[in-house]
Amino acid sequence: MVTAAQTLPARPKLTHAELFTGFFQAGVMGFGGVLPIIRRMMVDEKNWLTQMEFNELFSLCQSLPGANVVNLSFAFGTREAGPTGAAAAALGLMSAPVAIVLGLAWLYGHYGGLPPVRHALLGLAATAAGLALGSGLRIAVPILTIPRNVLLAATVYGLAFGLHFSLLLIALLVLPVSLGLAWRAVP
Amino acid sequence: MSLGLLGQLALLFSKLSLLAVGGANSTVPEIARVVVSQKHWLSASQFSQFYAIANAAPGPNVIIVTLLGAHVAGLTGGLVATAAMVLPAGITAAIVASMFDKHREARWRRVAQAALLPITAGLVLAASCVLAGQSDTGWLTAALTILTALLTWRTKLHPLWLLGAGALAGLLFL
Repeated sequence: MVTAAQTLPARPKLTHAELFTGFFQAGVMGFGGVLPIIRRMMVDEKNWLTQMEFNELFSLCQSLPGANVVNLSFAFGTREAGPTGAAAAALGLMSAPVAIVLGLAWLYGHYGGLPPVRHALLGLAATAAGLALGSGLRIAVPILTIPRNVLLAATVYGLAFGLHFSLLLIALLVLPVSLGLAWRAVP
Repeated sequence: MSLGLLGQLALLFSKLSLLAVGGANSTVPEIARVVVSQKHWLSASQFSQFYAIANAAPGPNVIIVTLLGAHVAGLTGGLVATAAMVLPAGITAAIVASMFDKHREARWRRVAQAALLPITAGLVLAASCVLAGQSDTGWLTAALTILTALLTWRTKLHPLWLLGAGALAGLLFL
Protein backbone atom coordinates (compact mmCIF):
# COMPACT_ATOMS: atom_id res chain seq x y z
CA MET A 1 0.00 0.00 0.00
CA VAL A 2 1.48 3.29 -1.08
CA THR A 3 1.31 6.06 1.45
CA ALA A 4 1.99 9.49 0.04
CA ALA A 5 4.71 11.61 1.57
CA GLN A 6 3.56 14.25 4.05
CA THR A 7 4.44 17.06 1.67
CA LEU A 8 5.26 17.06 -2.00
CA PRO A 9 8.31 18.84 -3.41
CA ALA A 10 7.51 22.43 -4.31
CA ARG A 11 6.14 22.82 -7.83
CA PRO A 12 5.29 25.88 -9.89
CA LYS A 13 1.66 27.06 -9.71
CA LEU A 14 -0.56 25.35 -12.27
CA THR A 15 -1.54 27.18 -15.43
CA HIS A 16 -5.12 27.81 -16.50
CA ALA A 17 -4.73 25.24 -19.27
CA GLU A 18 -3.51 22.58 -16.82
CA LEU A 19 -6.42 23.29 -14.48
CA PHE A 20 -8.96 23.21 -17.30
CA THR A 21 -7.71 19.98 -18.88
CA GLY A 22 -7.24 18.17 -15.56
CA PHE A 23 -10.76 18.95 -14.38
CA PHE A 24 -12.19 18.44 -17.87
CA GLN A 25 -10.87 14.86 -17.95
CA ALA A 26 -12.20 14.23 -14.46
CA GLY A 27 -15.62 15.58 -15.46
CA VAL A 28 -15.85 13.44 -18.60
CA MET A 29 -14.83 10.24 -16.79
CA GLY A 30 -16.74 10.81 -13.57
CA PHE A 31 -19.56 8.31 -14.04
CA GLY A 32 -21.58 7.84 -10.88
CA GLY A 33 -19.82 10.67 -9.07
CA VAL A 34 -16.64 12.61 -9.75
CA LEU A 35 -15.02 12.30 -6.33
CA PRO A 36 -13.20 9.00 -7.12
CA ILE A 37 -11.82 10.37 -10.40
CA ILE A 38 -10.84 13.76 -8.97
CA ARG A 39 -9.08 12.15 -6.02
CA ARG A 40 -7.21 9.82 -8.36
CA MET A 41 -6.33 12.61 -10.79
CA MET A 42 -5.10 15.07 -8.15
CA VAL A 43 -3.38 12.63 -5.78
CA ASP A 44 -2.27 9.53 -7.72
CA GLU A 45 -1.76 10.74 -11.28
CA LYS A 46 -0.72 14.37 -11.26
CA ASN A 47 0.68 14.63 -7.72
CA TRP A 48 -0.96 18.03 -7.30
CA LEU A 49 -1.72 17.22 -3.64
CA THR A 50 -0.90 14.51 -1.10
CA GLN A 51 -3.79 12.36 0.13
CA MET A 52 -3.82 14.32 3.39
CA GLU A 53 -3.76 17.73 1.64
CA PHE A 54 -6.60 16.50 -0.55
CA ASN A 55 -8.50 15.36 2.55
CA GLU A 56 -8.07 18.78 4.15
CA LEU A 57 -9.29 20.68 1.09
CA PHE A 58 -12.13 18.25 0.47
CA SER A 59 -13.35 18.30 4.06
CA LEU A 60 -13.42 22.09 3.97
CA CYS A 61 -15.42 22.06 0.72
CA GLN A 62 -17.76 19.42 2.10
CA SER A 63 -18.55 21.46 5.18
CA LEU A 64 -19.61 24.42 3.02
CA PRO A 65 -22.83 24.54 1.01
CA GLY A 66 -22.84 23.41 -2.61
CA ALA A 67 -21.71 20.41 -4.62
CA ASN A 68 -18.50 19.14 -2.99
CA VAL A 69 -16.40 18.53 -6.08
CA VAL A 70 -17.55 21.74 -7.76
CA ASN A 71 -16.57 23.64 -4.62
CA LEU A 72 -13.25 21.81 -4.74
CA SER A 73 -12.64 23.01 -8.30
CA PHE A 74 -13.35 26.61 -7.26
CA ALA A 75 -11.16 26.44 -4.17
CA PHE A 76 -8.25 24.63 -5.82
CA GLY A 77 -8.44 26.78 -8.96
CA THR A 78 -8.31 29.93 -6.85
CA ARG A 79 -5.36 28.62 -4.86
CA GLU A 80 -3.39 27.90 -8.04
CA ALA A 81 -4.31 30.80 -10.32
CA GLY A 82 -6.72 33.19 -8.59
CA PRO A 83 -10.35 33.79 -9.60
CA THR A 84 -9.68 33.07 -13.26
CA GLY A 85 -8.09 29.79 -12.20
CA ALA A 86 -11.33 28.94 -10.41
CA ALA A 87 -13.21 29.71 -13.62
CA ALA A 88 -10.86 27.48 -15.63
CA ALA A 89 -11.19 24.56 -13.22
CA ALA A 90 -14.97 24.85 -12.78
CA LEU A 91 -15.64 25.28 -16.50
CA GLY A 92 -13.38 22.33 -17.19
CA LEU A 93 -15.29 20.22 -14.70
CA MET A 94 -18.79 21.23 -15.79
CA SER A 95 -18.75 21.86 -19.55
CA ALA A 96 -18.66 18.29 -20.86
CA PRO A 97 -21.08 16.81 -18.28
CA VAL A 98 -23.62 19.56 -18.97
CA ALA A 99 -23.47 18.86 -22.71
CA ILE A 100 -23.57 15.09 -22.20
CA VAL A 101 -26.48 15.10 -19.77
CA LEU A 102 -28.58 17.11 -22.22
CA GLY A 103 -27.73 14.60 -24.96
CA LEU A 104 -28.50 11.67 -22.64
CA ALA A 105 -31.87 13.14 -21.72
CA TRP A 106 -32.74 13.11 -25.40
CA LEU A 107 -31.44 9.55 -25.90
CA TYR A 108 -33.18 8.26 -22.78
CA GLY A 109 -36.45 9.68 -24.05
CA HIS A 110 -36.07 7.51 -27.16
CA TYR A 111 -34.30 4.32 -25.99
CA GLY A 112 -34.40 4.27 -22.17
CA GLY A 113 -37.05 1.56 -22.01
CA LEU A 114 -35.01 -1.07 -23.88
CA PRO A 115 -34.04 -3.97 -21.56
CA PRO A 116 -30.31 -4.12 -22.52
CA VAL A 117 -29.95 -0.41 -21.73
CA ARG A 118 -31.70 -0.89 -18.39
CA HIS A 119 -29.50 -3.86 -17.45
CA ALA A 120 -26.26 -2.15 -18.40
CA LEU A 121 -27.32 0.91 -16.37
CA LEU A 122 -27.99 -1.32 -13.33
CA GLY A 123 -24.50 -2.81 -13.58
CA LEU A 124 -23.03 0.64 -14.09
CA ALA A 125 -24.81 1.99 -11.01
CA ALA A 126 -23.60 -0.88 -8.80
CA THR A 127 -20.01 -0.38 -9.98
CA ALA A 128 -20.25 3.36 -9.42
CA ALA A 129 -21.35 2.68 -5.84
CA GLY A 130 -18.28 0.47 -5.42
CA LEU A 131 -16.06 3.26 -6.74
CA ALA A 132 -17.57 5.67 -4.24
CA LEU A 133 -17.03 3.18 -1.41
CA GLY A 134 -13.45 2.50 -2.48
CA SER A 135 -12.51 6.16 -2.62
CA GLY A 136 -14.39 6.69 0.64
CA LEU A 137 -12.01 4.13 2.19
CA ARG A 138 -9.01 5.85 0.61
CA ILE A 139 -10.11 9.12 2.21
CA ALA A 140 -11.24 7.71 5.55
CA VAL A 141 -8.49 5.24 6.42
CA PRO A 142 -5.65 7.80 6.80
CA ILE A 143 -7.95 9.89 9.01
CA LEU A 144 -8.97 6.94 11.16
CA THR A 145 -5.58 6.44 12.76
CA ILE A 146 -6.44 8.11 16.06
CA PRO A 147 -9.19 6.89 18.43
CA ARG A 148 -10.84 10.33 18.62
CA ASN A 149 -11.39 10.34 14.86
CA VAL A 150 -12.68 6.75 14.78
CA LEU A 151 -15.26 7.57 17.43
CA LEU A 152 -16.40 10.79 15.74
CA ALA A 153 -16.48 9.24 12.25
CA ALA A 154 -18.48 6.25 13.53
CA THR A 155 -20.97 8.62 15.18
CA VAL A 156 -21.37 10.65 11.99
CA TYR A 157 -21.74 7.45 9.95
CA GLY A 158 -24.40 6.14 12.31
CA LEU A 159 -26.36 9.40 12.31
CA ALA A 160 -26.18 9.77 8.52
CA PHE A 161 -26.57 6.20 7.32
CA GLY A 162 -28.43 4.55 10.21
CA LEU A 163 -30.71 7.33 11.38
CA HIS A 164 -30.95 9.45 8.18
CA PHE A 165 -30.23 12.69 10.03
CA SER A 166 -29.86 15.74 7.81
CA LEU A 167 -26.37 17.04 7.35
CA LEU A 168 -27.22 20.30 9.09
CA LEU A 169 -28.40 18.42 12.17
CA ILE A 170 -25.30 16.20 12.16
CA ALA A 171 -23.09 19.27 11.95
CA LEU A 172 -24.95 20.93 14.84
CA LEU A 173 -24.62 17.80 16.98
CA VAL A 174 -21.12 16.60 16.16
CA LEU A 175 -19.14 19.69 15.17
CA PRO A 176 -19.11 21.31 18.66
CA VAL A 177 -17.90 18.05 20.20
CA SER A 178 -15.33 17.59 17.45
CA LEU A 179 -14.13 21.18 17.79
CA GLY A 180 -13.85 20.80 21.57
CA LEU A 181 -11.81 17.60 21.28
CA ALA A 182 -9.61 19.09 18.55
CA TRP A 183 -9.08 22.22 20.65
CA ARG A 184 -7.63 20.07 23.42
CA ALA A 185 -5.64 17.78 21.13
CA VAL A 186 -4.10 20.22 18.62
CA PRO A 187 -1.02 21.97 20.02
CA MET B 1 -42.23 35.74 -20.53
CA SER B 2 -39.27 33.40 -20.85
CA LEU B 3 -37.08 36.05 -19.19
CA GLY B 4 -39.39 35.80 -16.21
CA LEU B 5 -38.82 32.05 -16.14
CA LEU B 6 -35.05 32.50 -16.41
CA GLY B 7 -35.18 34.95 -13.54
CA GLN B 8 -37.14 32.46 -11.46
CA LEU B 9 -34.63 29.71 -12.27
CA ALA B 10 -31.68 31.94 -11.37
CA LEU B 11 -33.29 33.02 -8.10
CA LEU B 12 -34.45 29.56 -7.05
CA PHE B 13 -31.20 27.73 -7.74
CA SER B 14 -28.89 30.37 -6.32
CA LYS B 15 -30.95 30.16 -3.13
CA LEU B 16 -30.71 26.36 -3.14
CA SER B 17 -26.99 26.61 -3.90
CA LEU B 18 -26.35 28.27 -0.56
CA LEU B 19 -28.68 25.91 1.29
CA ALA B 20 -27.14 22.79 -0.25
CA VAL B 21 -25.10 21.72 2.74
CA GLY B 22 -23.87 18.18 2.21
CA GLY B 23 -23.63 18.27 -1.54
CA ALA B 24 -26.06 17.78 -4.37
CA ASN B 25 -27.42 14.41 -3.26
CA SER B 26 -28.62 15.58 0.11
CA THR B 27 -30.29 18.58 -1.54
CA VAL B 28 -32.23 16.53 -4.10
CA PRO B 29 -35.27 16.01 -1.82
CA GLU B 30 -35.47 19.76 -1.25
CA ILE B 31 -35.13 20.47 -4.99
CA ALA B 32 -37.87 17.92 -5.69
CA ARG B 33 -40.16 19.54 -3.13
CA VAL B 34 -39.80 22.96 -4.73
CA VAL B 35 -39.95 22.11 -8.45
CA VAL B 36 -42.59 19.34 -8.18
CA SER B 37 -44.92 20.27 -5.31
CA GLN B 38 -44.47 24.02 -5.21
CA LYS B 39 -43.79 25.20 -8.77
CA HIS B 40 -45.46 22.27 -10.60
CA TRP B 41 -42.80 22.41 -13.30
CA LEU B 42 -42.83 18.61 -13.70
CA SER B 43 -44.31 15.43 -12.20
CA ALA B 44 -42.68 13.32 -9.50
CA SER B 45 -42.01 10.48 -11.94
CA GLN B 46 -40.43 12.87 -14.45
CA PHE B 47 -38.23 14.11 -11.64
CA SER B 48 -37.00 10.63 -10.73
CA GLN B 49 -36.23 9.95 -14.40
CA PHE B 50 -34.17 13.14 -14.51
CA TYR B 51 -32.39 12.01 -11.37
CA ALA B 52 -31.50 8.66 -12.97
CA ILE B 53 -30.21 10.39 -16.11
CA ALA B 54 -28.10 12.83 -14.09
CA ASN B 55 -26.58 9.83 -12.30
CA ALA B 56 -25.93 7.91 -15.51
CA ALA B 57 -24.17 10.90 -17.07
CA PRO B 58 -20.56 11.59 -16.14
CA GLY B 59 -19.85 14.60 -13.98
CA PRO B 60 -21.08 15.96 -10.68
CA ASN B 61 -24.64 14.93 -9.81
CA VAL B 62 -25.55 18.59 -9.48
CA ILE B 63 -26.18 18.52 -13.27
CA ILE B 64 -29.71 17.40 -12.43
CA VAL B 65 -30.43 21.14 -12.26
CA THR B 66 -29.24 21.43 -15.88
CA LEU B 67 -32.03 19.03 -16.88
CA LEU B 68 -34.59 20.86 -14.75
CA GLY B 69 -33.62 24.23 -16.21
CA ALA B 70 -33.69 22.86 -19.75
CA HIS B 71 -37.09 21.28 -19.12
CA VAL B 72 -38.51 24.59 -17.97
CA ALA B 73 -36.85 27.09 -20.34
CA GLY B 74 -34.81 25.26 -22.98
CA LEU B 75 -31.06 25.30 -23.43
CA THR B 76 -30.65 28.78 -21.92
CA GLY B 77 -32.69 27.66 -18.95
CA GLY B 78 -30.36 24.71 -18.44
CA LEU B 79 -27.29 26.93 -18.50
CA VAL B 80 -28.83 29.59 -16.23
CA ALA B 81 -29.94 26.98 -13.68
CA THR B 82 -26.50 25.36 -13.68
CA ALA B 83 -24.65 28.65 -13.23
CA ALA B 84 -27.06 29.72 -10.48
CA MET B 85 -26.59 26.42 -8.64
CA VAL B 86 -22.81 26.43 -8.92
CA LEU B 87 -21.61 30.04 -8.58
CA PRO B 88 -22.73 31.27 -5.13
CA ALA B 89 -21.49 28.15 -3.33
CA GLY B 90 -18.34 27.93 -5.43
CA ILE B 91 -17.36 31.54 -4.76
CA THR B 92 -18.00 31.03 -1.04
CA ALA B 93 -15.78 27.93 -1.06
CA ALA B 94 -13.01 29.79 -2.90
CA ILE B 95 -13.07 32.66 -0.40
CA VAL B 96 -13.12 30.44 2.70
CA ALA B 97 -10.41 28.15 1.30
CA SER B 98 -8.06 31.02 0.53
CA MET B 99 -8.69 32.40 4.01
CA PHE B 100 -7.68 28.99 5.35
CA ASP B 101 -4.60 28.99 3.10
CA LYS B 102 -3.50 32.39 4.35
CA HIS B 103 -3.61 31.21 7.94
CA ARG B 104 -2.02 27.81 7.38
CA GLU B 105 -0.15 27.89 10.64
CA ALA B 106 -2.80 29.59 12.78
CA ARG B 107 -4.04 27.43 15.62
CA TRP B 108 -7.76 28.08 14.95
CA ARG B 109 -7.26 26.88 11.42
CA ARG B 110 -5.56 23.64 12.47
CA VAL B 111 -8.23 23.04 15.12
CA ALA B 112 -11.03 23.62 12.58
CA GLN B 113 -9.36 21.31 10.08
CA ALA B 114 -8.75 18.60 12.67
CA ALA B 115 -12.39 18.84 13.72
CA LEU B 116 -13.70 18.56 10.16
CA LEU B 117 -11.63 15.55 9.07
CA PRO B 118 -13.40 12.81 11.08
CA ILE B 119 -16.78 14.23 10.03
CA THR B 120 -15.70 13.98 6.40
CA ALA B 121 -14.59 10.39 6.92
CA GLY B 122 -17.97 9.45 8.40
CA LEU B 123 -19.89 11.30 5.69
CA VAL B 124 -18.08 9.88 2.65
CA LEU B 125 -18.53 6.35 3.98
CA ALA B 126 -22.21 6.95 4.79
CA ALA B 127 -22.86 8.52 1.38
CA SER B 128 -21.28 5.60 -0.46
CA CYS B 129 -23.30 3.11 1.61
CA VAL B 130 -26.50 5.00 0.72
CA LEU B 131 -25.47 4.81 -2.94
CA ALA B 132 -24.77 1.07 -2.60
CA GLY B 133 -28.15 0.53 -0.95
CA GLN B 134 -29.90 2.21 -3.88
CA SER B 135 -27.97 0.34 -6.57
CA ASP B 136 -27.63 -3.12 -5.09
CA THR B 137 -30.81 -4.92 -6.05
CA GLY B 138 -29.48 -8.48 -5.77
CA TRP B 139 -26.40 -10.59 -5.10
CA LEU B 140 -24.76 -9.79 -8.44
CA THR B 141 -24.98 -6.02 -8.05
CA ALA B 142 -23.84 -6.31 -4.42
CA ALA B 143 -20.85 -8.40 -5.53
CA LEU B 144 -20.04 -5.81 -8.21
CA THR B 145 -20.08 -3.05 -5.61
CA ILE B 146 -17.88 -4.92 -3.12
CA LEU B 147 -15.38 -6.07 -5.74
CA THR B 148 -15.13 -2.56 -7.20
CA ALA B 149 -14.70 -1.05 -3.74
CA LEU B 150 -11.83 -3.41 -2.93
CA LEU B 151 -10.11 -2.81 -6.27
CA THR B 152 -10.49 0.97 -5.93
CA TRP B 153 -9.18 0.93 -2.39
CA ARG B 154 -6.21 -1.38 -2.87
CA THR B 155 -5.14 -0.81 -6.49
CA LYS B 156 -4.70 2.11 -8.86
CA LEU B 157 -6.79 0.46 -11.59
CA HIS B 158 -8.49 3.08 -13.73
CA PRO B 159 -12.19 3.57 -12.85
CA LEU B 160 -13.23 3.42 -16.51
CA TRP B 161 -12.16 -0.26 -16.76
CA LEU B 162 -14.24 -1.05 -13.70
CA LEU B 163 -17.26 0.88 -14.99
CA GLY B 164 -17.01 -0.81 -18.39
CA ALA B 165 -16.79 -4.23 -16.76
CA GLY B 166 -19.76 -3.36 -14.53
CA ALA B 167 -21.93 -2.27 -17.46
CA LEU B 168 -20.95 -5.43 -19.37
CA ALA B 169 -21.72 -7.66 -16.37
CA GLY B 170 -25.12 -5.99 -16.09
CA LEU B 171 -25.78 -6.50 -19.79
CA LEU B 172 -24.82 -10.20 -19.70
CA PHE B 173 -26.07 -11.43 -16.35
CA LEU B 174 -28.90 -9.23 -15.12
